[in-house]
Amino acid sequence: MENSVSPDKDIISIQNLTFSRGHRKIFDNISLGIRRGKVTAIMGPSGTGKTTLLKLIGGQLYPEHGQIFVRRQNVHKLKRADLYNLRKRMGMLFQSGALLTDINVYDNVALPLREHTALNESMIRTLVLMKLHAVGLRGARDLMPGELSGGMARRVALARAIALDPTMIMYDEPFTGQDPISLGVLVKLIKELNDTLGLTSIIVSHDVEETLGIADYIYVLSEGKIAGHGTPEQISNSGSEWVQQFLKGNADGPVHFHYPADDYNNDLFQ
Amino acid sequence: MIDFFQTLGHSVLSSFAKLGRSCFFLLQILAGILTVIPRPRLLTKQLYSVGVLSFLIICISGFFVGMVLGLQGFYILSDFGAEETLGVMVAASLVRELGPVVAALLFAGRAGSALTAEIGLMKATEQLSGMEMMAIDPIKRIIAPRFLAGFISMPLLAALFSSIGVIGGQVVGVGLLGVDDGAYWSQMQSTLDFQEDIINGVIKSIVFGFIVSWIALFEGYDAVPTSEGVSRATTRTVVNSAFAILGLDFILTALMFGDI
Repeated sequence: MENSVSPDKDIISIQNLTFSRGHRKIFDNISLGIRRGKVTAIMGPSGTGKTTLLKLIGGQLYPEHGQIFVRRQNVHKLKRADLYNLRKRMGMLFQSGALLTDINVYDNVALPLREHTALNESMIRTLVLMKLHAVGLRGARDLMPGELSGGMARRVALARAIALDPTMIMYDEPFTGQDPISLGVLVKLIKELNDTLGLTSIIVSHDVEETLGIADYIYVLSEGKIAGHGTPEQISNSGSEWVQQFLKGNADGPVHFHYPADDYNNDLFQ
Repeated sequence: MIDFFQTLGHSVLSSFAKLGRSCFFLLQILAGILTVIPRPRLLTKQLYSVGVLSFLIICISGFFVGMVLGLQGFYILSDFGAEETLGVMVAASLVRELGPVVAALLFAGRAGSALTAEIGLMKATEQLSGMEMMAIDPIKRIIAPRFLAGFISMPLLAALFSSIGVIGGQVVGVGLLGVDDGAYWSQMQSTLDFQEDIINGVIKSIVFGFIVSWIALFEGYDAVPTSEGVSRATTRTVVNSAFAILGLDFILTALMFGDI
Protein backbone atom coordinates (compact mmCIF):
# COMPACT_ATOMS: atom_id res chain seq x y z
CA MET A 1 0.00 0.00 0.00
CA GLU A 2 1.37 3.45 -0.89
CA ASN A 3 1.83 5.74 2.08
CA SER A 4 -0.10 8.97 1.95
CA VAL A 5 2.79 11.44 2.10
CA SER A 6 2.41 14.86 0.58
CA PRO A 7 5.01 17.30 1.91
CA ASP A 8 3.05 20.35 0.73
CA LYS A 9 -0.11 19.55 2.66
CA ASP A 10 1.50 17.79 5.62
CA ILE A 11 2.32 19.59 8.85
CA ILE A 12 4.39 16.56 9.87
CA SER A 13 6.30 14.43 7.43
CA ILE A 14 8.07 11.28 8.60
CA GLN A 15 10.51 9.85 6.08
CA ASN A 16 12.13 6.42 6.25
CA LEU A 17 12.08 6.30 10.04
CA THR A 18 13.94 3.50 11.77
CA PHE A 19 14.12 3.28 15.56
CA SER A 20 15.13 0.40 17.84
CA ARG A 21 15.10 -0.33 21.55
CA GLY A 22 17.90 -2.78 22.24
CA HIS A 23 17.71 -5.42 19.53
CA ARG A 24 14.00 -4.84 18.90
CA LYS A 25 13.08 -2.69 15.91
CA ILE A 26 10.18 -0.45 16.91
CA PHE A 27 9.99 1.25 13.50
CA ASP A 28 11.45 -0.27 10.38
CA ASN A 29 11.79 2.28 7.61
CA ILE A 30 8.33 3.79 7.84
CA SER A 31 7.10 6.95 6.12
CA LEU A 32 3.90 8.81 6.84
CA GLY A 33 2.39 12.26 6.66
CA ILE A 34 0.03 14.14 8.98
CA ARG A 35 -2.33 16.51 7.16
CA ARG A 36 -2.76 20.09 8.33
CA GLY A 37 -6.11 20.79 9.99
CA LYS A 38 -7.17 17.12 10.18
CA VAL A 39 -7.50 14.56 12.95
CA THR A 40 -5.01 11.78 12.19
CA ALA A 41 -4.96 8.63 14.28
CA ILE A 42 -2.02 6.30 14.79
CA MET A 43 -3.38 2.96 15.92
CA GLY A 44 -1.96 -0.37 16.88
CA PRO A 45 -1.76 -2.77 19.79
CA SER A 46 0.19 -1.97 22.96
CA GLY A 47 3.93 -2.06 22.48
CA THR A 48 3.93 -1.07 18.81
CA GLY A 49 5.68 2.20 19.60
CA LYS A 50 2.82 4.65 19.28
CA THR A 51 3.96 6.78 22.23
CA THR A 52 7.55 6.43 21.01
CA LEU A 53 6.44 7.95 17.71
CA LEU A 54 5.04 11.01 19.52
CA LYS A 55 8.30 11.37 21.45
CA LEU A 56 10.23 11.17 18.19
CA ILE A 57 8.02 13.87 16.65
CA GLY A 58 8.51 16.04 19.74
CA GLY A 59 12.28 15.65 19.58
CA GLN A 60 12.54 13.80 22.89
CA LEU A 61 13.98 10.72 21.19
CA TYR A 62 16.36 10.47 18.25
CA PRO A 63 15.79 8.14 15.27
CA GLU A 64 18.46 5.73 14.09
CA HIS A 65 17.73 6.55 10.48
CA GLY A 66 15.31 8.77 8.68
CA GLN A 67 14.00 12.25 9.22
CA ILE A 68 11.01 13.89 10.83
CA PHE A 69 9.89 17.27 9.55
CA VAL A 70 7.47 19.39 11.56
CA ARG A 71 6.38 22.57 9.79
CA ARG A 72 9.16 21.86 7.27
CA GLN A 73 11.83 21.86 10.00
CA ASN A 74 13.92 18.77 10.59
CA VAL A 75 13.20 18.22 14.31
CA HIS A 76 16.44 16.41 15.07
CA LYS A 77 18.68 18.97 13.39
CA LEU A 78 17.28 21.90 15.34
CA LYS A 79 19.26 23.69 18.03
CA ARG A 80 17.79 23.50 21.53
CA ALA A 81 16.35 27.02 21.40
CA ASP A 82 14.74 26.38 18.00
CA LEU A 83 13.37 23.03 19.18
CA TYR A 84 11.82 24.77 22.21
CA ASN A 85 10.31 27.41 19.90
CA LEU A 86 8.82 24.63 17.79
CA ARG A 87 7.45 22.88 20.89
CA LYS A 88 5.63 26.06 21.89
CA ARG A 89 3.51 25.50 18.79
CA MET A 90 2.90 21.82 19.66
CA GLY A 91 0.63 20.74 22.46
CA MET A 92 0.95 17.27 23.91
CA LEU A 93 -1.53 15.45 26.09
CA PHE A 94 0.23 12.70 28.01
CA GLN A 95 -1.55 9.50 28.94
CA SER A 96 -1.10 10.29 32.65
CA GLY A 97 -1.92 13.97 32.21
CA ALA A 98 1.58 14.83 33.52
CA LEU A 99 0.21 17.66 35.66
CA LEU A 100 2.65 19.09 38.19
CA THR A 101 1.40 17.67 41.47
CA ASP A 102 2.69 20.44 43.76
CA ILE A 103 0.60 23.20 42.19
CA ASN A 104 -3.16 23.50 41.70
CA VAL A 105 -5.20 23.25 38.50
CA TYR A 106 -5.11 27.00 37.86
CA ASP A 107 -1.32 27.22 38.21
CA ASN A 108 -0.82 24.16 36.02
CA VAL A 109 -2.73 25.78 33.16
CA ALA A 110 -1.06 29.14 33.82
CA LEU A 111 2.43 27.58 33.81
CA PRO A 112 3.16 27.77 30.04
CA LEU A 113 1.70 31.28 29.88
CA ARG A 114 3.86 32.49 32.76
CA GLU A 115 6.96 30.83 31.33
CA HIS A 116 6.59 31.90 27.71
CA THR A 117 4.67 35.15 27.64
CA ALA A 118 5.06 38.58 29.22
CA LEU A 119 1.33 38.84 29.96
CA ASN A 120 0.27 40.37 33.27
CA GLU A 121 -1.51 38.27 35.91
CA SER A 122 -4.95 39.63 35.07
CA MET A 123 -4.56 38.68 31.40
CA ILE A 124 -3.21 35.26 32.39
CA ARG A 125 -6.21 34.78 34.68
CA THR A 126 -8.61 35.54 31.84
CA LEU A 127 -6.85 33.12 29.50
CA VAL A 128 -6.62 30.34 32.10
CA LEU A 129 -10.33 30.64 32.92
CA MET A 130 -11.18 30.56 29.20
CA LYS A 131 -9.14 27.40 28.66
CA LEU A 132 -10.59 25.75 31.77
CA HIS A 133 -14.09 26.75 30.67
CA ALA A 134 -13.46 25.12 27.29
CA VAL A 135 -12.84 21.79 29.03
CA GLY A 136 -15.66 22.32 31.53
CA LEU A 137 -13.43 22.65 34.61
CA ARG A 138 -13.50 26.38 35.40
CA GLY A 139 -15.00 25.51 38.77
CA ALA A 140 -12.15 23.11 39.59
CA ARG A 141 -9.43 25.76 39.37
CA ASP A 142 -8.46 25.57 43.04
CA LEU A 143 -8.24 21.78 43.23
CA MET A 144 -4.89 20.02 43.45
CA PRO A 145 -4.10 17.35 40.79
CA GLY A 146 -4.37 14.64 43.46
CA GLU A 147 -8.02 15.60 44.01
CA LEU A 148 -8.98 15.10 40.35
CA SER A 149 -10.38 11.96 38.76
CA GLY A 150 -8.45 10.47 35.81
CA GLY A 151 -10.83 12.04 33.30
CA MET A 152 -10.68 15.46 34.95
CA ALA A 153 -6.86 15.32 35.10
CA ARG A 154 -6.75 14.63 31.37
CA ARG A 155 -9.10 17.53 30.68
CA VAL A 156 -6.95 19.88 32.79
CA ALA A 157 -3.93 18.63 30.86
CA LEU A 158 -5.81 19.38 27.66
CA ALA A 159 -6.54 22.93 28.86
CA ARG A 160 -2.81 23.30 29.59
CA ALA A 161 -1.89 21.86 26.18
CA ILE A 162 -3.99 24.52 24.42
CA ALA A 163 -2.89 27.36 26.71
CA LEU A 164 -0.42 28.75 24.18
CA ASP A 165 -2.81 28.25 21.25
CA PRO A 166 -0.68 25.64 19.49
CA THR A 167 -1.17 24.77 15.84
CA MET A 168 -1.11 21.05 16.53
CA ILE A 169 -1.85 18.74 19.47
CA MET A 170 -0.62 15.22 20.05
CA TYR A 171 -2.83 13.00 22.19
CA ASP A 172 -1.22 9.98 23.81
CA GLU A 173 -3.88 7.32 24.49
CA PRO A 174 -6.52 9.90 25.45
CA PHE A 175 -9.32 7.33 25.89
CA THR A 176 -7.53 4.68 27.96
CA GLY A 177 -9.03 4.00 31.39
CA GLN A 178 -11.91 6.45 31.06
CA ASP A 179 -15.48 5.84 32.20
CA PRO A 180 -18.14 6.21 29.48
CA ILE A 181 -19.05 9.78 30.46
CA SER A 182 -15.42 11.01 30.56
CA LEU A 183 -14.82 9.16 27.32
CA GLY A 184 -17.72 10.86 25.59
CA VAL A 185 -16.61 14.27 26.92
CA LEU A 186 -13.02 13.73 25.69
CA VAL A 187 -14.09 12.56 22.23
CA LYS A 188 -16.35 15.60 21.89
CA LEU A 189 -13.63 17.96 23.16
CA ILE A 190 -10.96 16.66 20.82
CA LYS A 191 -13.21 16.98 17.80
CA GLU A 192 -14.53 20.41 18.81
CA LEU A 193 -11.09 21.81 19.56
CA ASN A 194 -9.77 20.58 16.26
CA ASP A 195 -12.61 22.08 14.26
CA THR A 196 -13.12 25.36 16.13
CA LEU A 197 -9.46 26.25 16.69
CA GLY A 198 -8.32 24.94 13.30
CA LEU A 199 -5.77 22.64 14.92
CA THR A 200 -4.05 19.59 13.57
CA SER A 201 -4.60 16.64 15.89
CA ILE A 202 -2.64 13.42 16.15
CA ILE A 203 -4.27 10.74 18.26
CA VAL A 204 -2.30 7.73 19.33
CA SER A 205 -4.73 5.08 20.50
CA HIS A 206 -5.82 1.48 20.51
CA ASP A 207 -9.45 2.29 21.23
CA VAL A 208 -11.01 1.40 17.90
CA GLU A 209 -14.57 2.70 18.15
CA GLU A 210 -13.79 6.16 19.55
CA THR A 211 -10.85 6.72 17.24
CA LEU A 212 -12.68 5.65 14.11
CA GLY A 213 -15.47 8.01 15.15
CA ILE A 214 -13.41 11.20 15.12
CA ALA A 215 -10.38 10.55 12.90
CA ASP A 216 -10.14 11.87 9.36
CA TYR A 217 -7.26 9.56 8.50
CA ILE A 218 -5.81 6.51 10.23
CA TYR A 219 -2.47 4.71 10.20
CA VAL A 220 -2.38 1.23 11.71
CA LEU A 221 1.04 0.12 12.94
CA SER A 222 2.21 -3.43 13.42
CA GLU A 223 5.66 -4.86 14.12
CA GLY A 224 7.48 -1.75 13.03
CA LYS A 225 5.59 -1.34 9.76
CA ILE A 226 2.44 0.43 8.63
CA ALA A 227 -0.09 -2.39 8.28
CA GLY A 228 -2.78 -0.19 6.79
CA HIS A 229 -3.84 3.40 6.31
CA GLY A 230 -6.76 5.36 4.97
CA THR A 231 -9.99 7.02 5.99
CA PRO A 232 -12.05 5.28 8.71
CA GLU A 233 -14.22 3.69 5.98
CA GLN A 234 -11.20 2.45 4.06
CA ILE A 235 -9.70 1.02 7.24
CA SER A 236 -12.97 -0.65 8.23
CA ASN A 237 -13.17 -2.30 4.81
CA SER A 238 -9.46 -3.15 4.68
CA GLY A 239 -8.64 -6.53 3.19
CA SER A 240 -5.67 -6.94 5.52
CA GLU A 241 -6.20 -9.86 7.90
CA TRP A 242 -4.07 -8.12 10.48
CA VAL A 243 -6.11 -4.88 10.37
CA GLN A 244 -9.36 -6.84 10.62
CA GLN A 245 -8.06 -8.78 13.63
CA PHE A 246 -7.09 -5.53 15.32
CA LEU A 247 -10.41 -3.80 14.58
CA LYS A 248 -12.56 -6.76 15.66
CA GLY A 249 -10.38 -7.72 18.61
CA ASN A 250 -10.09 -11.41 17.64
CA ALA A 251 -7.94 -13.40 20.05
CA ASP A 252 -6.14 -15.28 17.28
CA GLY A 253 -5.11 -14.40 13.79
CA PRO A 254 -1.91 -13.04 12.29
CA VAL A 255 -1.15 -11.81 15.82
CA HIS A 256 -1.01 -14.88 18.05
CA PHE A 257 -2.63 -14.98 21.46
CA HIS A 258 0.37 -16.83 22.93
CA TYR A 259 3.75 -15.23 23.38
CA PRO A 260 6.28 -17.41 21.54
CA ALA A 261 7.13 -20.41 23.75
CA ASP A 262 8.21 -24.06 23.60
CA ASP A 263 5.64 -26.79 22.97
CA TYR A 264 3.01 -26.74 25.76
CA ASN A 265 3.09 -30.52 26.43
CA ASN A 266 6.85 -30.62 26.50
CA ASP A 267 6.90 -27.67 28.84
CA LEU A 268 4.43 -29.28 31.27
CA PHE A 269 5.82 -32.81 31.35
CA GLN A 270 9.54 -32.33 30.92
CA MET B 1 36.57 -16.12 33.68
CA ILE B 2 35.68 -14.20 30.53
CA ASP B 3 32.23 -13.55 32.01
CA PHE B 4 33.88 -12.11 35.11
CA PHE B 5 35.99 -9.66 33.10
CA GLN B 6 33.00 -8.83 30.91
CA THR B 7 30.87 -7.99 33.96
CA LEU B 8 33.72 -6.07 35.56
CA GLY B 9 34.36 -4.10 32.36
CA HIS B 10 30.67 -3.36 31.96
CA SER B 11 30.27 -2.10 35.50
CA VAL B 12 33.42 0.06 35.23
CA LEU B 13 32.20 1.54 31.95
CA SER B 14 28.71 2.22 33.29
CA SER B 15 30.19 3.83 36.40
CA PHE B 16 32.24 6.19 34.24
CA ALA B 17 29.23 6.87 32.02
CA LYS B 18 27.19 7.73 35.13
CA LEU B 19 29.96 9.96 36.44
CA GLY B 20 30.03 11.75 33.08
CA ARG B 21 26.25 12.19 33.09
CA SER B 22 26.33 13.53 36.64
CA CYS B 23 29.07 16.07 35.78
CA PHE B 24 27.12 17.23 32.72
CA PHE B 25 24.01 17.44 34.90
CA LEU B 26 25.90 19.60 37.41
CA LEU B 27 27.04 21.97 34.65
CA GLN B 28 23.44 22.31 33.49
CA ILE B 29 22.32 23.07 37.06
CA LEU B 30 25.03 25.69 37.52
CA ALA B 31 23.97 27.35 34.27
CA GLY B 32 20.32 27.11 35.39
CA ILE B 33 20.96 28.83 38.74
CA LEU B 34 21.23 32.20 36.99
CA THR B 35 17.59 31.86 35.92
CA VAL B 36 16.45 31.16 39.50
CA ILE B 37 17.85 34.38 40.97
CA PRO B 38 15.31 36.69 39.27
CA ARG B 39 12.47 34.37 40.38
CA PRO B 40 12.78 34.24 44.18
CA ARG B 41 9.36 32.56 44.67
CA LEU B 42 10.71 29.34 43.16
CA LEU B 43 13.57 29.42 45.64
CA THR B 44 11.61 30.33 48.77
CA LYS B 45 9.20 27.43 48.23
CA GLN B 46 12.12 25.01 48.06
CA LEU B 47 13.93 26.66 50.98
CA TYR B 48 10.82 25.87 53.00
CA SER B 49 10.56 22.21 51.99
CA VAL B 50 14.30 21.48 52.03
CA GLY B 51 15.44 23.73 54.87
CA VAL B 52 12.57 24.68 57.18
CA LEU B 53 11.09 21.19 57.24
CA SER B 54 14.50 19.81 58.31
CA PHE B 55 14.56 22.28 61.22
CA LEU B 56 13.01 19.98 63.82
CA ILE B 57 15.18 16.92 63.19
CA ILE B 58 18.31 19.10 63.24
CA CYS B 59 17.34 20.84 66.50
CA ILE B 60 16.40 17.66 68.35
CA SER B 61 19.45 15.72 67.12
CA GLY B 62 21.77 18.64 67.85
CA PHE B 63 20.44 18.91 71.39
CA PHE B 64 20.94 15.21 72.12
CA VAL B 65 24.40 15.11 70.53
CA GLY B 66 25.37 18.15 72.64
CA MET B 67 24.06 16.46 75.79
CA VAL B 68 26.02 13.28 75.08
CA LEU B 69 29.16 15.32 74.44
CA GLY B 70 28.59 17.15 77.72
CA LEU B 71 28.20 13.90 79.60
CA GLN B 72 31.13 12.01 78.05
CA GLY B 73 33.35 15.10 78.10
CA PHE B 74 32.65 15.74 81.77
CA TYR B 75 33.60 12.19 82.84
CA ILE B 76 36.89 12.29 80.91
CA LEU B 77 37.84 15.87 81.76
CA SER B 78 36.98 15.50 85.46
CA ASP B 79 39.60 12.71 85.71
CA PHE B 80 42.19 15.39 84.96
CA GLY B 81 40.44 18.10 86.97
CA ALA B 82 39.81 19.98 83.76
CA GLU B 83 35.99 20.02 83.72
CA GLU B 84 36.06 23.83 83.29
CA THR B 85 37.18 23.24 79.72
CA LEU B 86 34.01 21.25 78.96
CA GLY B 87 32.60 24.15 76.92
CA VAL B 88 35.70 24.16 74.69
CA MET B 89 35.49 20.44 74.12
CA VAL B 90 31.78 20.46 73.30
CA ALA B 91 31.96 23.52 71.04
CA ALA B 92 35.14 22.48 69.21
CA SER B 93 33.78 18.98 68.56
CA LEU B 94 30.57 20.45 67.24
CA VAL B 95 31.77 23.32 65.06
CA ARG B 96 34.77 21.44 63.67
CA GLU B 97 33.30 17.99 63.05
CA LEU B 98 29.99 16.86 64.42
CA GLY B 99 27.97 19.91 63.41
CA PRO B 100 28.77 19.80 59.69
CA VAL B 101 29.04 15.99 59.44
CA VAL B 102 26.03 14.86 61.48
CA ALA B 103 23.85 17.69 60.15
CA ALA B 104 24.83 16.69 56.59
CA LEU B 105 24.05 13.01 57.26
CA LEU B 106 20.68 13.98 58.70
CA PHE B 107 20.11 16.37 55.81
CA ALA B 108 20.85 13.57 53.32
CA GLY B 109 18.42 11.28 55.12
CA ARG B 110 15.65 13.85 55.53
CA ALA B 111 15.88 16.29 52.59
CA GLY B 112 18.14 14.39 50.15
CA SER B 113 15.97 11.28 50.07
CA ALA B 114 12.85 13.44 49.68
CA LEU B 115 14.43 15.30 46.74
CA THR B 116 15.38 12.04 45.00
CA ALA B 117 11.95 10.52 45.51
CA GLU B 118 10.21 13.69 44.34
CA ILE B 119 12.28 14.07 41.16
CA GLY B 120 12.19 10.31 40.45
CA LEU B 121 8.40 10.27 40.76
CA MET B 122 8.11 13.37 38.59
CA LYS B 123 10.09 11.45 35.98
CA ALA B 124 7.99 8.29 36.39
CA THR B 125 4.73 10.24 36.06
CA GLU B 126 6.03 12.06 32.94
CA GLN B 127 5.94 15.47 34.63
CA LEU B 128 9.49 16.22 33.49
CA SER B 129 8.73 14.99 29.96
CA GLY B 130 5.57 17.10 29.99
CA MET B 131 7.58 20.20 30.89
CA GLU B 132 10.04 19.54 28.10
CA MET B 133 7.17 19.24 25.64
CA MET B 134 5.87 22.60 26.91
CA ALA B 135 9.31 24.00 26.05
CA ILE B 136 10.07 24.52 29.75
CA ASP B 137 13.51 23.32 30.77
CA PRO B 138 13.01 21.13 33.89
CA ILE B 139 16.61 21.73 34.94
CA LYS B 140 15.94 25.45 35.24
CA ARG B 141 12.38 25.26 36.58
CA ILE B 142 12.57 22.20 38.87
CA ILE B 143 16.17 21.15 39.55
CA ALA B 144 18.11 24.41 39.91
CA PRO B 145 15.84 25.94 42.62
CA ARG B 146 16.07 22.74 44.66
CA PHE B 147 19.85 22.63 44.30
CA LEU B 148 20.20 26.25 45.38
CA ALA B 149 17.85 25.67 48.32
CA GLY B 150 19.92 22.67 49.48
CA PHE B 151 23.16 24.61 49.05
CA ILE B 152 21.86 27.55 51.12
CA SER B 153 20.06 25.48 53.77
CA MET B 154 22.88 23.10 54.66
CA PRO B 155 25.34 25.60 56.25
CA LEU B 156 22.48 27.23 58.15
CA LEU B 157 21.26 23.88 59.46
CA ALA B 158 24.81 22.89 60.44
CA ALA B 159 25.21 26.19 62.32
CA LEU B 160 21.89 25.56 64.03
CA PHE B 161 22.95 22.00 64.92
CA SER B 162 26.18 23.24 66.51
CA SER B 163 24.46 26.07 68.41
CA ILE B 164 21.75 23.83 69.83
CA GLY B 165 24.43 21.22 70.61
CA VAL B 166 26.40 23.76 72.66
CA ILE B 167 23.22 24.51 74.62
CA GLY B 168 22.63 20.74 75.07
CA GLY B 169 26.19 20.43 76.45
CA GLN B 170 25.54 23.30 78.82
CA VAL B 171 22.26 21.80 80.06
CA VAL B 172 24.07 18.60 81.04
CA GLY B 173 27.48 20.01 82.03
CA VAL B 174 26.33 23.10 83.92
CA GLY B 175 22.75 22.23 84.78
CA LEU B 176 23.15 18.61 85.88
CA LEU B 177 26.84 17.99 86.57
CA GLY B 178 27.78 21.30 88.21
CA VAL B 179 30.39 22.78 85.87
CA ASP B 180 30.72 26.52 86.40
CA ASP B 181 28.53 28.41 83.93
CA GLY B 182 30.99 31.29 83.50
CA ALA B 183 33.89 28.87 82.88
CA TYR B 184 31.83 26.93 80.32
CA TRP B 185 31.22 30.01 78.17
CA SER B 186 34.43 32.01 78.79
CA GLN B 187 36.77 29.08 78.08
CA MET B 188 34.85 28.47 74.89
CA GLN B 189 35.08 32.14 73.86
CA SER B 190 38.77 32.46 74.59
CA THR B 191 39.88 29.17 73.03
CA LEU B 192 37.80 28.78 69.87
CA ASP B 193 39.27 30.57 66.88
CA PHE B 194 36.92 32.21 64.40
CA GLN B 195 38.99 31.37 61.34
CA GLU B 196 40.39 28.01 62.43
CA ASP B 197 37.23 26.54 63.91
CA ILE B 198 34.08 28.34 62.86
CA ILE B 199 34.95 29.30 59.27
CA ASN B 200 36.42 25.86 58.57
CA GLY B 201 33.23 24.26 59.88
CA VAL B 202 31.15 26.52 57.67
CA ILE B 203 33.30 25.64 54.64
CA LYS B 204 32.72 21.95 55.36
CA SER B 205 28.97 22.40 55.58
CA ILE B 206 28.93 24.37 52.32
CA VAL B 207 30.82 21.55 50.57
CA PHE B 208 28.48 18.92 52.06
CA GLY B 209 25.41 20.92 51.03
CA PHE B 210 26.72 21.11 47.48
CA ILE B 211 27.52 17.41 47.29
CA VAL B 212 24.35 16.10 48.96
CA SER B 213 22.08 18.30 46.79
CA TRP B 214 23.95 17.24 43.65
CA ILE B 215 23.80 13.52 44.50
CA ALA B 216 20.12 13.66 45.54
CA LEU B 217 18.96 15.54 42.46
CA PHE B 218 21.06 13.51 40.04
CA GLU B 219 19.89 10.19 41.45
CA GLY B 220 16.28 11.33 41.08
CA TYR B 221 16.80 12.62 37.55
CA ASP B 222 18.73 9.51 36.51
CA ALA B 223 16.35 7.06 38.25
CA VAL B 224 14.71 4.24 36.33
CA PRO B 225 11.13 5.57 36.10
CA THR B 226 9.44 2.73 38.01
CA SER B 227 8.57 2.35 41.70
CA GLU B 228 11.52 -0.01 42.17
CA GLY B 229 13.83 2.37 40.29
CA VAL B 230 12.82 5.32 42.47
CA SER B 231 13.22 3.23 45.60
CA ARG B 232 16.73 2.16 44.57
CA ALA B 233 17.65 5.73 43.66
CA THR B 234 16.51 6.98 47.07
CA THR B 235 18.64 4.35 48.81
CA ARG B 236 21.62 5.27 46.62
CA THR B 237 21.21 8.93 47.58
CA VAL B 238 21.48 8.18 51.29
CA VAL B 239 24.34 5.67 50.92
CA ASN B 240 26.39 7.68 48.39
CA SER B 241 25.84 10.91 50.33
CA ALA B 242 27.06 9.25 53.53
CA PHE B 243 30.21 7.98 51.78
CA ALA B 244 30.82 11.35 50.15
CA ILE B 245 30.30 13.28 53.41
CA LEU B 246 32.60 11.06 55.46
CA GLY B 247 35.26 10.79 52.76
CA LEU B 248 35.29 14.50 52.05
CA ASP B 249 35.29 15.25 55.78
CA PHE B 250 38.58 13.39 56.12
CA ILE B 251 40.11 15.22 53.14
CA LEU B 252 38.88 18.62 54.31
CA THR B 253 40.01 17.99 57.88
CA ALA B 254 43.44 16.95 56.65
CA LEU B 255 43.68 20.10 54.52
CA MET B 256 42.36 22.44 57.20
CA PHE B 257 43.88 21.11 60.39
CA GLY B 258 46.71 18.84 59.29
CA ASP B 259 50.18 19.89 58.22
CA ILE B 260 49.77 18.58 54.70
